[in-house]
Amino acid sequence: MEGERSAASVKAVEIGVAALVFLFGAVVVFDSIRIGARWGEDGPQPGYFPFYVGLSICVASVTILVRALRNPALAAKSFVSRESLKKILTVLVPTVVYVALIKYLGFYVASTLYIAYFMWALGRYPWIKIVPVAAGVSVVFFLIFEVWFLVPLPKGPLEAALGLN
Amino acid sequence: MEEVNALLQGFNVALSPFNLLLMFVGVTLGIIIGVLPGLGGANGVAILLPLTFSMAQQPGGTTSAIILLSCIYWGALFGGAITSILFNIPGEPWSVATTFDGHPMAQQGRAGNALTAAFTSSFVGALIAVIMITFLSPVVAGFALRFGPPEFFSVYLLTFCAFVGMAGGNAAKTVASMMIGFALAAVGLDSVTGTLRLTFGTTVLLKGFDFLIAVIGLFGIGEILETLEEGLAFKGAKARMNAKVVLETWKELPRYWATSLRSAAVGCFMGIVPGGATPASFMSYGLARRFSKDGKDFGNGKIEGVVAPETAAHAAGTSALLPMITLGVPGSPTAAVLLGGLLIWGLQPGPLLFVEKPEFVWGLIASMYLGNIVGLIVVLTCVPLLASILRIPFSIIAPVIIVICAIGAFTVHNSMFDVYLMVVFGVIGYAFKKLRYPLAPLVLALVLGDRAEENFRNAIKGSQGDLLVFFSNALVGSLTGLALVLLFWPLISAGWRAVAGKR
Repeated sequence: MEGERSAASVKAVEIGVAALVFLFGAVVVFDSIRIGARWGEDGPQPGYFPFYVGLSICVASVTILVRALRNPALAAKSFVSRESLKKILTVLVPTVVYVALIKYLGFYVASTLYIAYFMWALGRYPWIKIVPVAAGVSVVFFLIFEVWFLVPLPKGPLEAALGLN
Repeated sequence: MEEVNALLQGFNVALSPFNLLLMFVGVTLGIIIGVLPGLGGANGVAILLPLTFSMAQQPGGTTSAIILLSCIYWGALFGGAITSILFNIPGEPWSVATTFDGHPMAQQGRAGNALTAAFTSSFVGALIAVIMITFLSPVVAGFALRFGPPEFFSVYLLTFCAFVGMAGGNAAKTVASMMIGFALAAVGLDSVTGTLRLTFGTTVLLKGFDFLIAVIGLFGIGEILETLEEGLAFKGAKARMNAKVVLETWKELPRYWATSLRSAAVGCFMGIVPGGATPASFMSYGLARRFSKDGKDFGNGKIEGVVAPETAAHAAGTSALLPMITLGVPGSPTAAVLLGGLLIWGLQPGPLLFVEKPEFVWGLIASMYLGNIVGLIVVLTCVPLLASILRIPFSIIAPVIIVICAIGAFTVHNSMFDVYLMVVFGVIGYAFKKLRYPLAPLVLALVLGDRAEENFRNAIKGSQGDLLVFFSNALVGSLTGLALVLLFWPLISAGWRAVAGKR
């Protein structure tokens, strides 16, 4: 977007992603060679197919990399503005925290906290609205999955205390 | 008229009260999924797939399960038109062309007409595609019964090369994305030799990567991140839908029968080719503009400009199921997820399905007819309700969708690792989308990787490692040849242009 400061150019991200893709391809190639990528006694060895897959990844990523390096227009284009990056991080970081918390607090408590955070941080809602919405959604999910579909989701100390396990 | 008999039996299966109820539930859920940001056909079906595991174990349950899931797919196809027309936000890539004339119509206060036209043409497109499936699929399946490993591998090859040749854009990125899918599919225990591949001594990677997790992460979380960046508010036009508007539009629509038929033909043909729905919608929009008497008015709210892409996209989306049930090769990411569902339920998609499970196949085909009728009724009556879903503030709907995605990812294997993986795939999906790496080839390769490799191995085992087995007879030779032409199409056309330009 114009008038906004860029956090990274398309060129930088393009090159970074292509390098990561290349690395991934190289890992596939090396692991395939380790387990054997040749013709065995009774047929292709287990690494035969993945070897060529990895090789194609490497070739494709080098092509992308070279094209990005040769295209000066990409350096001027913004991949993501600082404002957008900030916005994305305010969602991505809590999402990571959320999925990490599920193990300790259980699905429902973690989800309630997560929805509450979202409404507070992005929507600027007052707590009087946040609490019933966040808790209500989790209760509805509980009814749908645990009661209706009989799909058990991970539960934490709160459910244990309430005897809902 | 064997097909008609088989189809009537299919209707017998599909018309049971339970299956009819599932159709309504599926279509309604699908429309909601299609309307919501971050949920589309592919990941909506992926999230709901685990809920069908127990259903599929009952007698006749697999048919009910596929009816539920395929109706979600029809619903999502219908739902995409609502966001395109009212909010100028294409829910799926193939509804982009619908926004060109659909949104201007909505701004002029003709949203009701645009929506009616879109839904009706979607229905017509799907109907024509289903009729084609009814009569063509037994033929294709019968033909494919003679396929051996080399033929199957060359069909897969053709599928994947078609992505490179047809998709346009950056061919290297298509190849990279597709091969990443194949590599991820190879992770875990190799079923032939029992060797561990790419697990690096960890136990979590033993099972390999599940495509459902990838779909939920790439399409779900990735799309939420993208939407976040584009802005939080949906500013939509109001839709006034009532019987008068619907009838008025219906009176006008028969005038565009030629556009409809042309678009449906383009859609049916392109839908069989993977990734065909999006080019089909653009192509038929372009054709409609060229053939129309007042082509210059396109883009300012011509009803024909809604009819053409919607008919084609829906025809293509429907005919994408033809190669899935007959050859086991899905034509779209959502079809790939449905195919994955069949595998999980213990069915082998492919030509044998028509011989071994006719009640399943024909039940599915019959449900395509009924599901689209149900879909048309639901969308025409519920638009205001559905549009109001989009007016729920993003800061409430976004976390709820991410929670739904997390639940979906968890329930696939009851594993928390999958939920972490989903977030990782989400970030990859966001970066790939912004850099225009296509995601569909990745998903298709992840679903088909094991089967493609198995057929490849069996084929070259039979020929003692001679790759010429893929040219050993006319059938496999022409399939492989066509695949190679498509693969190198970007180079061929560039070379052609260079030669033609010099002259």
